[in-house]
Amino acid sequence: MTVPDELHYTREHEWVAIAGTTASVGITDHAQRALGDVVYVSLPAAGSKVTAGEPCGEVESTKSVSDLFAPVNGEVAEVNPEIDENPGLVNADPYGAGWLFKVTLPGAAAGELPPGLLSAAEYEELIAAEE
Amino acid sequence: MTDPHALRRTPLTGVHERLGATLTDFAGWLMPLRYGSETAEHNAVRTAAGLFDLSHMGEIMVTGPGAAGALDYALVGQPSALAPGRARYTMICAPDGGILDDLIVYRLGGDEFLVVANAINTPVVMEALAARARGKDAEVADRTADYALIALQGPHAERILAPLTDADLAAVKYYAGYPAAVAGRQVLLARTGYTGEDGFELFTRPQDAEPVWEALTAAGAADGLVPAGLAARDTLRLEAGMPLYGNELSSELTPFDAGLGRVVKLDKPGDFVGRAALAERAQTAPQRELVGLVGQSRRVPRHGYDVLWDEAACGKVTSGAPSPTLGAPIAMAYVEPGVASQARAAEHDGQPGRLAIDVRGSAEPADLVPLPFYRRPA
Repeated sequence: MTVPDELHYTREHEWVAIAGTTASVGITDHAQRALGDVVYVSLPAAGSKVTAGEPCGEVESTKSVSDLFAPVNGEVAEVNPEIDENPGLVNADPYGAGWLFKVTLPGAAAGELPPGLLSAAEYEELIAAEE
Repeated sequence: MTDPHALRRTPLTGVHERLGATLTDFAGWLMPLRYGSETAEHNAVRTAAGLFDLSHMGEIMVTGPGAAGALDYALVGQPSALAPGRARYTMICAPDGGILDDLIVYRLGGDEFLVVANAINTPVVMEALAARARGKDAEVADRTADYALIALQGPHAERILAPLTDADLAAVKYYAGYPAAVAGRQVLLARTGYTGEDGFELFTRPQDAEPVWEALTAAGAADGLVPAGLAARDTLRLEAGMPLYGNELSSELTPFDAGLGRVVKLDKPGDFVGRAALAERAQTAPQRELVGLVGQSRRVPRHGYDVLWDEAACGKVTSGAPSPTLGAPIAMAYVEPGVASQARAAEHDGQPGRLAIDVRGSAEPADLVPLPFYRRPA
């Protein structure tokens, strides 16, 4: 189970990487393990607005379907074009090639952290408590 | 989550833990859900072979001079007609015809039968069999703890098992089961399964389970054998159109509802529990039909979702999953009588698209297909 130190997390098991005014989003290693093989991901459209804590897509796996929650407010700048064809990237490389979408943070100073996100240590505590 | 320490372990749970399996609570047992990718496990069973721990299944032994007669009375089938060494798929019903469980009955000898029940239903089946055998000169005993059950399933199953056993596997027919030695251990060797593939199920003593598992693992390594969990077992049985208790089967439904009226032997001699209700049910028009659906989108139908005909609910999905073999979502569903023939007629008239599944508020078009979704190459 990997929880990279440099990322931020949500209670709904998304990860967020902030670079400048862009936040990249995916689901965590813990989440992909719990879901099993991902077969389809419905992503928010590029250009749409997302609201932190609100569902913005779905992740379908063999056994279940889960909502995908927006970890931050902003406008979707880009979605991972590979995921539609190859949703298994979410399992194979959840923090890398399995990234899901990027959000442009509104009016944020570069590097400023949106509110409500967990640190790696806090997220590790959360998943330890769930097990 | 349920405390994993409160769950029953099988003789193979330690093996699964060492293999790094994801374990889950299944009917009160701690069972392997998957070892790695459940899709890879599924595909291995279709193309090579998979090894399953099914030790949670219930083993109930019915013995004595009255055993055959007691089972003929207790079940909807006719175990007395089985030759020793043969097995049959059957059901146990309530007096109102509702299904209490689906079972495999093995006749081990003239006066000895092994009844294999679903884990979740074993106490109910045990209680019903004991009550129904009373006064019939038969003993009913729950022997679940005395057996481990290992399934070896897939097109390579026979050639993996052959070098390990004294049994002539070519002579072991489908739904046959008898004593044999496997890896030097005495087992009950049966040619049965729940995957749609050829394969074997090995009932072993608990202390023999791990050596037999390890011997099969070693023998199958070069043939693509992998351990496979309950997630793969569920998608395999769904593709094969096999019903699952709690999904397609329940005490609210009769065997006729599930399209399995053939298991009810109304012509067998003597009374049996549920006979009157089932005889009536056999004469009346069906109230629902179990059908196969293939989704046209990639969104997956799940248990309990509505089936729609011209946007109105006409049935419910009982099981649904992404099918690794078809590469599309599949589902079994109960639909109102007439829906299936309407759907076939509409398709024939070039107006498809009237049948759909309500996937969380969106009507996803689906095609009606004959069951099973998958049939192994002859």
